Amino acid sequence: MNGAHDLGGMHGLGPINPEPEREEPIFHEEWEKRALGLTLTAGWLGQWNIDISRFARERQHPVAYLSNSYYENWLTGLETLLVERGVISPEELAQGKALKPTPVELKEKCAPASAVQSILSSGGPCDMATDDLQEFQIGDKIKVVQFNPTGHTRVPRYIRGHEGMITNYYGSFIFPDENVQDNKIGQHLYNVSFDGNQLWGKGNDTTIHVDLWQSYMEPA
Amino acid sequence: MGHDHSHDHTDPPSDPALRVKALESLLVEKGLVNPAAIDEIIETYETKVGPRNGAKVVVRAWTDPDFKSLLLSDANKAIHSMGYTGRQGEHMKVVENTATQHNLVVCTLCSCYPWTVLGLPPVWYKSAPYRARAVSDPKGVLAEFGTTLPKGMKISVWDSTSEMRFLVLPQRPEGTDGWTAEELEKLVSRNSMIGVEQALTPEKLQAIEANEKF
Repeated sequence: MNGAHDLGGMHGLGPINPEPEREEPIFHEEWEKRALGLTLTAGWLGQWNIDISRFARERQHPVAYLSNSYYENWLTGLETLLVERGVISPEELAQGKALKPTPVELKEKCAPASAVQSILSSGGPCDMATDDLQEFQIGDKIKVVQFNPTGHTRVPRYIRGHEGMITNYYGSFIFPDENVQDNKIGQHLYNVSFDGNQLWGKGNDTTIHVDLWQSYMEPA
Repeated sequence: MGHDHSHDHTDPPSDPALRVKALESLLVEKGLVNPAAIDEIIETYETKVGPRNGAKVVVRAWTDPDFKSLLLSDANKAIHSMGYTGRQGEHMKVVENTATQHNLVVCTLCSCYPWTVLGLPPVWYKSAPYRARAVSDPKGVLAEFGTTLPKGMKISVWDSTSEMRFLVLPQRPEGTDGWTAEELEKLVSRNSMIGVEQALTPEKLQAIEANEKF
């Protein structure tokens, strides 16, 4: 969707103001730690995937998305998912109190502290086989499809309709635009380079590399 | 939240600290999350998984040509062999800075970041201005970090739109021949592995450390 999250090329957002690396704390507020931990542990209940959780954050009103801090966006996304997936009810969220029992199958997925290291260090690989033919080879010229999907996609607006060149082939990976609908399919994934002059106008002599799934592209 | 808003979207949200507290207590009451598991996650990213992991990878590449060549051709194999596996580091790609090529990493659509080697991302990496301008004005972004590159140096920006996570291999600074791995690691800042800075020179490190003593 063309949401506030798709930020590449936007103007007027002010300076970056980075904190000096050796002074910046890992967390700035105590609640940020709990928000991180809650997001991860609730994710391990297996009621949604990474693209569903990204889409929950992206769907916020642009004013909210841009006003929120990073962890506020995470928290909002988590509240949305817990309610939408029926893990908690809107009333329970509003009152902060359990009003109905949790199904046993769901309770069984609650990770104990002793499982955390193994879950974190195994992660969740996203490669997935496909029977699709690999349509592009390194060096091929491609054109990014021009489209404006209202759902979740990983094609930023700033490259749509532009020409680029395949610079790497990664194998096949879970396709986000379908994964967001709980439909896991593998699709070929490539790295594609774009000329800064073409994307941003003359005088921009940089190269921009973007990872793109096969169906995001057509031969140039 | 995903419910229908009947109020103005610009209403200030309630205090996130209270919201988090209420949500955690609800989920614990419902038997869905374990507070000790959350503590364990926090401790992991505060004390175990951070940019010192990445610095060890970089220094090994600076000092071991075989490892460097594996790192650039099969980053997964190289990095996982050092024990840095897991969440947000399942699929890795390393891009090398050279005398003529500089690399910069961003995620314009969210905040994808290689957690296994760099830990949790800094606030600026997740900020809207960085995500907006890293792709359209990387030189301006570098200038905000006090980084100026030699004339003629080419810049490549890597936008993390898939589950591939990028780590920059910075150039080894001059004047570091014969340094131990431990000494070299001090030169590898987190920012140099994102590409907004170059690795610290011995002089710069000395100046920073002298300053930190006061």
